[in-house]
Amino acid sequence: MFAEFLQYLFTGITIGATYALIALGFTLIYNASHVINFAQGEFLMIGGMATVSLTAMGVPMILAIILAVLLAGVLGILLQRFAIAPAKQADVVTLIIITIGASIFIRGLAQLVWGKEYHVMQNFSSDEPIRIFGAVLNSQSLWVLGIGAILVVGLVLFFTRTLIGKAILATSMNKEAARLVGIRTQLVLMLAFLVSAVLGSVAGVVVAPITFTSYDIGIMLGLKGFVAAAIGGLGSGIGAVVGGLLLGVVEAMAAGYISSDYKDAVAFSMILVVLFFMPRGLFGAKVVERV
Amino acid sequence: MLNRFMQMRLRDLVILAVILFALPLFLNNPFHYDLATQMAIIAATVVGLNLLVGFAGQISLGHAGFFGLGAYFTGIMTSNYGWSSVPALVVGAILVGIVAWIVGRPILRLKGHYLSMATLAVGFIIAIILNNERALTGGPDGMPVPAFNVFGWELSPFGSYNLLGMELNGSEAWYLFAAVVLLVAVWLAQNLIDSPIGRALRSVHGSEVAARVVGVDTARYKSLVFVVSAIYASAMGSLYAHFQGFITPAVAGFDFSILFITMVVLGGMGSTMGVILGAVVLKLLPQVLADFQELETVMFGAILMLTMIFMPKGLLPTIQMAVGKRMKKKAGGQA
Repeated sequence: MFAEFLQYLFTGITIGATYALIALGFTLIYNASHVINFAQGEFLMIGGMATVSLTAMGVPMILAIILAVLLAGVLGILLQRFAIAPAKQADVVTLIIITIGASIFIRGLAQLVWGKEYHVMQNFSSDEPIRIFGAVLNSQSLWVLGIGAILVVGLVLFFTRTLIGKAILATSMNKEAARLVGIRTQLVLMLAFLVSAVLGSVAGVVVAPITFTSYDIGIMLGLKGFVAAAIGGLGSGIGAVVGGLLLGVVEAMAAGYISSDYKDAVAFSMILVVLFFMPRGLFGAKVVERV
Repeated sequence: MLNRFMQMRLRDLVILAVILFALPLFLNNPFHYDLATQMAIIAATVVGLNLLVGFAGQISLGHAGFFGLGAYFTGIMTSNYGWSSVPALVVGAILVGIVAWIVGRPILRLKGHYLSMATLAVGFIIAIILNNERALTGGPDGMPVPAFNVFGWELSPFGSYNLLGMELNGSEAWYLFAAVVLLVAVWLAQNLIDSPIGRALRSVHGSEVAARVVGVDTARYKSLVFVVSAIYASAMGSLYAHFQGFITPAVAGFDFSILFITMVVLGGMGSTMGVILGAVVLKLLPQVLADFQELETVMFGAILMLTMIFMPKGLLPTIQMAVGKRMKKKAGGQA
């Protein structure tokens, strides 16, 4: 009974940590440019797929991961520079459609390069599962949690201790004012997309051994990340982490105790319930609308 | 005379009717007719969605949910319970309207991205239910839907008909039917836009706070237009189910929702003729790109991105602006 619960909890936290990283990516871009980037999931896909294909070519795992993350980062910058920046005066919906177009484009490229099959990726360390109180923990889960925690701490330090991080924060608060004090906001926006792509692709790499990977894995993972970000409150970093973990755990519990067919429905019902009572998510800031 | 015609309120409707009834001159096989029929049905759905997106400025990323509910209500009632098509369509649309009203009230309090999130969630939940209630819906394998029938008279893509002495095959008959449906859908939408409700909606789009200040009950109008657009989707879903003869949960899926909203934005938000153009373009594009095989997805994504980057107002408004500028120049030159 307890073992069962623990098992679901492990699963939930692992997948939840992934959602949290995706949600953080959404949050970063949203804060910097008020764009919801529907191509966020594609960064995960690129991370996982590029790592798999590079290791298959004989590149050592660690180097493959670095190259994959770099590739995603470059893609993030290109996305900002050539798709988002030229359309900055456009409507919210128009921007959404542009990022959807970008995600279809990236997915199409991935399908060309890597085909439509599922790819399996090796665990980072041993395949031997760890047993705790009768529950089984995949050793990869520890990697997901560990790397997730390092990234979150790293992000916090980045935003509070470095000048570049503070420049991103300043731009997200008030772009005009940031420009007045000499911040090059266009550069900052590109940086936000870069960091977001790095976050997403790292999440994609660490979770790939558990979920497998394929050219279309980014759609659902990206949407779940969006759900997590909205539960936490768009724009809130803590919200993204809490929302991600909460979503992962609730989903795993729903799959275990209710029905795995309806686990996604539970996730989407949860967002409706949260938004019903807290229209700005759990940690969303209250804003006053200017007319 | 020409000028007065151009200013007529129903100008768009007349132009559309001419195009729709002239189109058969260029269609020469059942496949073309079937494609045109699908376009007309989808276009009518998008005209409804445009009321919500283009006029009230609210984003729905889950409209296929309502389309799918209508399709499945029709499918289940006509094939399992022997209902006739019209009552199934009407009752389905009323039920979907009620569903939309219930979920709409709390959802429409949300703004911007939270609203898109919530509508996306509603669409997903509907698709998941259709996928999993196998006993009722046939699950992911889908279910067959009988032909459209009124009092024992059947409209089937495989039948043959006689209209005022003209021999029509099933595909041609369905096309004419869908064309009339689209005209009615546009006419209803135009009337709504030109009514006090339409003006209230546009004020919500302009500035919701300002609209509230001058006494517009924004919540009521937003849920009203949400319900109307859901009813459009449901009714067209019912027709789509009859026409296709077979439906799967994909009709309620995320991809379909995205397709609908993309048609609205690509064609030109707020322009009824624009969104119809959007529906035609996005329905034709895969046909054209199919020749490129594996490149199809890449090109589709690229075209979508580029169009939106360079024509953020949408296809038709951008074309109209360009033509308008040129005409002004010409007129200026003559004077």
